[in-house]
Amino acid sequence: MPQMKAGSRHPVRFTLNGAPASIEAEPRTLLSDALRHHLGATGTHVGCEHGVCGTCTVVIDGAPARSCLTLAVQAEGCDIRTVEGLSPLADRLGILQAAFRRHHALQCGFCTPGILMSLDIFLKSASSPTEEELRDVLGGHLCRCTGYAPIIAAALDAAAALREDAHV
Amino acid sequence: MKPPPFAYLRAESVEQALTALRQHGDEARILAGGQSLLPMLNMRLTRPAILIDIMRIGALREATVSNGMLAVGAGMRQASLLGRASLAREVPLLAASLPWVGHYQTRARGTVCGSVAHADPSAEIPLCLIALSGSIRLRSARKRRTVPAETFFTGTMMTERADEEMIEAVLLPLAKPGCGYAFAEAARRHGDFAITACAAVAEADRLRLAVGGVADRPVARDLPRLDGSALDDALNDFAWSLGARDDMHATARYRRDLVRKLGRKVLEEAVSCRR
Repeated sequence: MPQMKAGSRHPVRFTLNGAPASIEAEPRTLLSDALRHHLGATGTHVGCEHGVCGTCTVVIDGAPARSCLTLAVQAEGCDIRTVEGLSPLADRLGILQAAFRRHHALQCGFCTPGILMSLDIFLKSASSPTEEELRDVLGGHLCRCTGYAPIIAAALDAAAALREDAHV
Repeated sequence: MKPPPFAYLRAESVEQALTALRQHGDEARILAGGQSLLPMLNMRLTRPAILIDIMRIGALREATVSNGMLAVGAGMRQASLLGRASLAREVPLLAASLPWVGHYQTRARGTVCGSVAHADPSAEIPLCLIALSGSIRLRSARKRRTVPAETFFTGTMMTERADEEMIEAVLLPLAKPGCGYAFAEAARRHGDFAITACAAVAEADRLRLAVGGVADRPVARDLPRLDGSALDDALNDFAWSLGARDDMHATARYRRDLVRKLGRKVLEEAVSCRR
């Protein structure tokens, strides 16, 4: 495969929330910026841009990832999920999102997209998470509004609802 | 907080990556999980001309056991190794310390070898390599060589690796029967950089303590028996020998105290879990 030149744009293709997406990006373009500026998917927020705050967290090939610590060119051929893909219909909330609403697990909402993506993928691998495990996942996010307690409550509630859902 | 311009090569084989490294020398950086390199790029602390992405090379993604060693390939992510069911039996010290490496989200991307290449003095994986007397397998287009961890880390974010070399794998000695291992760390939040991290190895006739986050690299020392009165003095000597300094996270005095207290704690734990 040929080397991609600095400063010029190169085609990158991936799947975004189940639909094919294609952009032209410089090697230095961050995935967070590619999502927001090239594709208009502004649900993914950008905070610290060095991997500390977690608001830009998306899911790449089934694993959580800081989109500010991922180059757009690294996403070639990958399956990318963002907060826009969480709700089943345009006017409906997903189970985790609905639990966040019930428990007031957000105030300003800036950090929420990243936290939702981390918890969404974590709950797929852990159907009965302990509070301690959830705190470990949340450790990778900063929220300056909630004090985290309602987020933990929402995640425990969502896990219970998802277990119920799986039995139906 | 955007990276400066650089070229990008998605290497399809180790040979291709090594050829590019030889061609570009210190202008090139290997890109694996990117969890240390991307922050450096975003903050413009490094300005490479080209990044060589090795994550599409299947051969590097494996961890294999041979000759009493667990060899972890350069493409293996921290989360994959943590998910290896046999790790707690093979290298219990690494199994105990991996949950402290970054966060759930960064472990999903970051690689084991990437953390070693970055050589942050407070990093847990280099600390384990030092505690266990592991080694680092380097490869260039011309040759392969294996460097003991004790000589690999040469200072803050500095290593023995030559410009045209990449880390192919790190080698961790398998747990020996009758030995115990323990790890502990103090940080502001779980997942933050360690203020001080300690790893202990208890063998039948030998106690070894490794300390990270205090000196400019992880350092290990053999210590006297746990039940003897000499241990407190030895821990104190060790703590002072590390040249601790004040910074925004902690004072030098606090770090020395952590070496004495956390050090004793992990040594006791390692002795008690000998099997």
